[in-house]
Amino acid sequence: MLRLELSGITKQYPGVRANDSVSLRVAPGQIHAVLGENGAGKSTLMKIAYGAVQPDAGEIRWNGRPVVIKSPEDARDLGIAMVFQHFSLFETLTAAENVWLGLGRGWTLPRVIDRVREVSHQYGLDVDPLRPVHSLAVGERQRVEIVRALLGAPELLILDEPTSVLTPPAVQKLFATLRRLSSEGCSILYISHKLDEIRSLCQHCTVLRGGKVVGEVDPKKETNASLSRLMIGSEPPELPHTERTPGEPSLEVSKLSVPKRDQFGTSLEDITFTVRSGEILGMAGVSGNGQKELLAVLSGEDTKSRPGSVKLFGRDIAGAKPQARRKHGLHFVPEERLGRATVPSLSLAENTLLTRDEVSRSGWLFPSALRDLARRLIERFNVKANGPDASARSLSGGNLQKFVVGREIDARPKVLIVSQPTWGVDVGAAAQIRGELIKLRDGGCAVLVVSEELDELFEVSDAMIVIAGGRVSPRIPTRNATVEQIGEWMSGLWPGNTVVAPRDVEASVAQA
Amino acid sequence: MLKLEPRHDPSRVMTYLSPVIALLATVLLGVCLFLALGKDPARCLEMFFVAPVKDARALGEMSIKATPLLLIGLGLSLCFRSSVWNIGAEGQFILGTVFASGVAIRATEQSSPLMVVPVLLAGMAGGMLWGAITAILRDRFNANEILVSLMLVYVAEQVLGYLVYGPWKDPDGYNFPQTVTFLDAVRVPRFAPASRANAGTALALFAVGVFWVFLHRTHAGYRLLVSGMAPAAARYAGFSARSALWTAFLVSGGMAGLAGALEVAGPVGQLTTHVPLGYGFAAIIVAFVGRLNPIGVLFSAVLMSMFYIGGELSQARLGLPRSVTGVFQGLLLFALLTCDTFINYRLRWISPS
Repeated sequence: MLRLELSGITKQYPGVRANDSVSLRVAPGQIHAVLGENGAGKSTLMKIAYGAVQPDAGEIRWNGRPVVIKSPEDARDLGIAMVFQHFSLFETLTAAENVWLGLGRGWTLPRVIDRVREVSHQYGLDVDPLRPVHSLAVGERQRVEIVRALLGAPELLILDEPTSVLTPPAVQKLFATLRRLSSEGCSILYISHKLDEIRSLCQHCTVLRGGKVVGEVDPKKETNASLSRLMIGSEPPELPHTERTPGEPSLEVSKLSVPKRDQFGTSLEDITFTVRSGEILGMAGVSGNGQKELLAVLSGEDTKSRPGSVKLFGRDIAGAKPQARRKHGLHFVPEERLGRATVPSLSLAENTLLTRDEVSRSGWLFPSALRDLARRLIERFNVKANGPDASARSLSGGNLQKFVVGREIDARPKVLIVSQPTWGVDVGAAAQIRGELIKLRDGGCAVLVVSEELDELFEVSDAMIVIAGGRVSPRIPTRNATVEQIGEWMSGLWPGNTVVAPRDVEASVAQA
Repeated sequence: MLKLEPRHDPSRVMTYLSPVIALLATVLLGVCLFLALGKDPARCLEMFFVAPVKDARALGEMSIKATPLLLIGLGLSLCFRSSVWNIGAEGQFILGTVFASGVAIRATEQSSPLMVVPVLLAGMAGGMLWGAITAILRDRFNANEILVSLMLVYVAEQVLGYLVYGPWKDPDGYNFPQTVTFLDAVRVPRFAPASRANAGTALALFAVGVFWVFLHRTHAGYRLLVSGMAPAAARYAGFSARSALWTAFLVSGGMAGLAGALEVAGPVGQLTTHVPLGYGFAAIIVAFVGRLNPIGVLFSAVLMSMFYIGGELSQARLGLPRSVTGVFQGLLLFALLTCDTFINYRLRWISPS
């Protein structure tokens, strides 16, 4: 008898059919991967199984019985638990109090604390129930979520992209827990687009593309290439990568320390690194380790750092506003493309004005000049948009990203800083963006790529640095680096880093 | 079960049609209201939509009501576009009347007719000063501008009351709380003796053009727009949120002050406690009904002034209560918000399964 059987599930959203007659069969104790690109319909399908979204058509069977799951409460009563990609924890409460909130009446806090200790001990999930959530690292927060899910002794656990916030050692630890759960008979639905992980963890894999099931395979018998073909429907594009000798220092950060601005921020401590012209420097690190704060200092959104700590071609720019930095050739692509890199309700033409100051002349705007620029960007960077008057919010994530990256590349920067260049972007667009970055480097631009995706950094960068706990590691040429080593560095364990990073507890886990 | 569902692509046409539909809905609701009150709806509607525009004299009266609404509405639309919530235009209007009067009562028989210019400038300065108080509290101490600007309205009323009951009281005014009547040199010139319409209306129409150019054709207007719509994008681009705050308060305060100056130096001709009629609050509706767009604000100011006149006429001629004006304004805003919701959402019937 199957634990969960979805058949003919269809869900139509305005403008997109997220699930088109999808079927999924999960056996008891099975670790079942759901693989697909961003937008393939994975999350919608899981929300349907968890009762958070109602399907337009289709049937759900639970342990052989047809059921209607009207709400997450229904799902939990049946024995289905879910850990979301974005955590739903209150930062000011302790771990135990957060767990308590999700439980029914009749639980006392001391009993919850005992149960959390029991469950975390049983599954090797290191969680201190009395610590407030804001003091926890991302990996710890995830463990709180998992403990919360396990408290109801579920028969099916759904995990949505659980490793996107973890260092490689922490991923291995999570996998050990999941294997153990599976051996005890709990089924696991594991949603991911990371092929290596699926091949090492999962016993069965359902591949989604464009809302439809395009394959059901045993991932252990597949290669990355064959899974990737199934997922994107074509060969993954190759990037030409040639060695180059880097030129002069372009962007220099020296002894930069910035105290954290709020309780939940990260302090930057004694950061020193240099980006040279004609090189791509990759910055690895789990998010929340100071990237946001460092990028604000580099972009000019935060101009309160010590004078002399940031230099552009030898000129001190620590106190310069973003406009002044752009004038001297420094451009920046932030992680949030909608709302920060663009104004959602304005047209693409109007959005060019955010960073392309040269389009307006002595304070006056000429709509035709804006439109011409937007049209040029759309053509040059192959953006699928309804012309220069289309609003930024009407574009898909990948196309908007191409537009934003294109807007900055087209400005012919001498230094370009890009944060998460391909986050949430489909494989084709990602390859195009990476290709553009390499082209820019070949033209002599200094490029700093900040990313959580190690694969991406290994693919594009000439050298790498790692940020952990607000500190930055020494640089290492990419050809000498290994994933294992960078993974350790992501926990703050690089030679010479004497201070154990405060927000990084994965360090102790990695050593254990 | 009824459910609101987001639309995939909201219609652009409906954004502009929405105020028209809202107006029709208001008329319809108004008819129901008049029937319920036992009045002839046709006669009532005539008071609101025909009487205010039937001849030159009526149009002149309408221009007197529409001018302050338009001036304040323009300033507020710029303010609201940059997400700065100035609710206290009424207070800035009052300070405008006070400052303008302070200059105007100093006029003598020998004063040049150009003295009306400093009167208007003083009014603008008064409004800007009152706006600046809120801006500085917001800027320095992060005070909530909605509360501060609103409470300053009541402070402004006290300032006005103190002056007309005290130092500025007309010694020959039979102890009424009012200043002397202003001399002609400091009165806003009229177009024709038969109508009360004056040069202030031309000024307001000119301001429509200036605001449109500023918002749509200058980088400064664009910066203001961006800091209102997406503060993170403004920071990213390097546009200062502080300068947006100050621009918004100084411009909207100045416009409200100018409206106040035109009111005392125009139709009223002296400062009394009855000068503030709530234009500063009505202009909030004017700004939103006009889609925060200068051209739209022009139309909505005209519409709102018709409501004012219609309300007065139906009170005088049909015996309707005075509050009918406020009810009509409220109905219009309510209908507009409803219509706007349907631009972005649709109503779906979901059968509870």
